[in-house]
Amino acid sequence: MTDQTNVMINIQNIHKQYAQLTALNQVNLTVEQGEFLALVGMSGGGKSTLLRLIAGLEQPTSGSIKINQVPTNDSDSLVRVMFQEDRLLPWMTVLENLSFKSKKSAERQRALNLLELVELKDYADHYPNQLSGGQKQRVALARALMTAPKILLLDEPLGALDALTRRKMQDLILNICEKQKLTTILVTHDVDEAARMADRIVVMKQATNFYETIGPKDRRNPGQVGLVADRVLSAILDEAPVRQFQTA
Amino acid sequence: MQKAAVLSPIKTKRRPIQISWQKVLPFVIPSLIIIIWQVSSNLGWLSSSVLPSPWAVLQDGITLTLSGELPKNLSISLYRATVGLLIGGSIGFILGFINGLSRKCRLLFDSSIQMFRNIPHLALIPLIIIWLGIGESAKISLVAIGTMFPVYINTFHGIRSVDKEFIEMGQSYELSRTQMFRKIIFPAALPQILVGIRYALGVMWTTLIVAETISASSGIGYMANNAEDFVDMETVILCIVVYAVLGKISDLVAKGFESLLLDWQTTGRSKVQ
Ligand SMILES: Nc1ncnc2c1ncn2[C@@H]1O[C@H](COP(=O)(O)OP(=O)(O)OP(=O)(O)O)[C@@H](O)[C@H]1O
Ligand SMILES: [Mg+2]
Repeated sequence: MTDQTNVMINIQNIHKQYAQLTALNQVNLTVEQGEFLALVGMSGGGKSTLLRLIAGLEQPTSGSIKINQVPTNDSDSLVRVMFQEDRLLPWMTVLENLSFKSKKSAERQRALNLLELVELKDYADHYPNQLSGGQKQRVALARALMTAPKILLLDEPLGALDALTRRKMQDLILNICEKQKLTTILVTHDVDEAARMADRIVVMKQATNFYETIGPKDRRNPGQVGLVADRVLSAILDEAPVRQFQTA
Repeated sequence: MQKAAVLSPIKTKRRPIQISWQKVLPFVIPSLIIIIWQVSSNLGWLSSSVLPSPWAVLQDGITLTLSGELPKNLSISLYRATVGLLIGGSIGFILGFINGLSRKCRLLFDSSIQMFRNIPHLALIPLIIIWLGIGESAKISLVAIGTMFPVYINTFHGIRSVDKEFIEMGQSYELSRTQMFRKIIFPAALPQILVGIRYALGVMWTTLIVAETISASSGIGYMANNAEDFVDMETVILCIVVYAVLGKISDLVAKGFESLLLDWQTTGRSKVQ
């Protein structure tokens, strides 16, 4: 992590103030190229805010965010966000929502392929208000993958899914991130999901407190995944001063 | 689902009757009124100098249509209404559009427009007659002024109240300014804009009728006013009926546009299953 050339996202001393409310205070975080980072923490802890800052949609009150060594405001095209709310445009069909940036047929084909991946090919001509919550989330996920980004920010992408689809989508995301060598930040409330997917887990508490842990070395080993999940959970619950501990 | 399948034979038998009732129901009250009205006239309860019978009004309508008087006045009124609406609607839309999008324009124009809006536009009739006489431009200007404000206000609010989350989404996907307008802002504001247009249609007829009644030598309003001078009750009633029909038609046209342009709103989940 000390090797500067490998650092994709570099967040230093970020402070974000909304009127009276301090959303983020003295946050430092570096994410390496190709790393899969999970961000967990209590509701209102500033996770979505941090993602918006990284995406350059808002500016921090103080501190600096560099993406690939460049300050955020001019590195937008590297970053794609999948927002916490699906933000699908209700006046466009599912397919149009994916290919709304251009009408090229290649774009359309790419959209159809992605819909196939998220198992929604039959819904291409539906409007968002004809879909279930989980289906909308999957469309939003597909949209985030439309333009090949370098950094993928996922804000609770799988919240509304049943266990089976959730597992499938986790694998899909891991697969795509690995193949395209994406640097990923995943916000989730599910510690098991975090433990299962991430290389590193950061616990955010009340704007200031930060705890980190290393993910399991073997994702397919349920014992290791469970162990990491337990530690993350205790970090959330106890405010235990467990900074950066390794799994056995 | 299972239950519905068992019950379906009965339901399919009942369906046609329910649907035809739904179609008939809105016509019940108007038909009753006309029948009672006709019967009262026939029995002499209603003197024809107070209220002529529907049949007499219909005959008058046929006579005036055949003589060409009704079509001529109708078409001139329609012409004034459409041109006035087009001018007023366009100005209202453009002002609402630029004020909705640009903070500078909003600061420059909005408070003046709001001040102007509070003047009842019909109060401008004497001024407009003095300035423009009783020619076409006077009537068209009045309609334009009357229809401008509802379109302006609704376009303005429609654009101002576009969901910020959608705009942020567009920014994060790096839409250009025109794309942002075409793909997000305009479609999001469209329902509100159409509400404005529908409201403007109502204002359009009222304004035109008043303007034509006060100062004109043609048009439906003039026809009514002229008939009043000759105590020609049939024609007076006929003109009122024509207004009602015109109002209803413009409402239907507006509704048609809405369901055409906003089909994404009405495509309910129920249709899919
Ligand atoms: N635009 C804003 N204006 C004012 N306050 C805001 C704004 N956005 C977020 N906040 C506040 O900042 C804090 C952090 O919000 P944020 O959405 O980042 O939390 P979160 O960790 O994503 O929570 P959740 O897990 O519930 O999504 C909250 O207290 C919220 O009320
Ligand atoms: Mg959030």
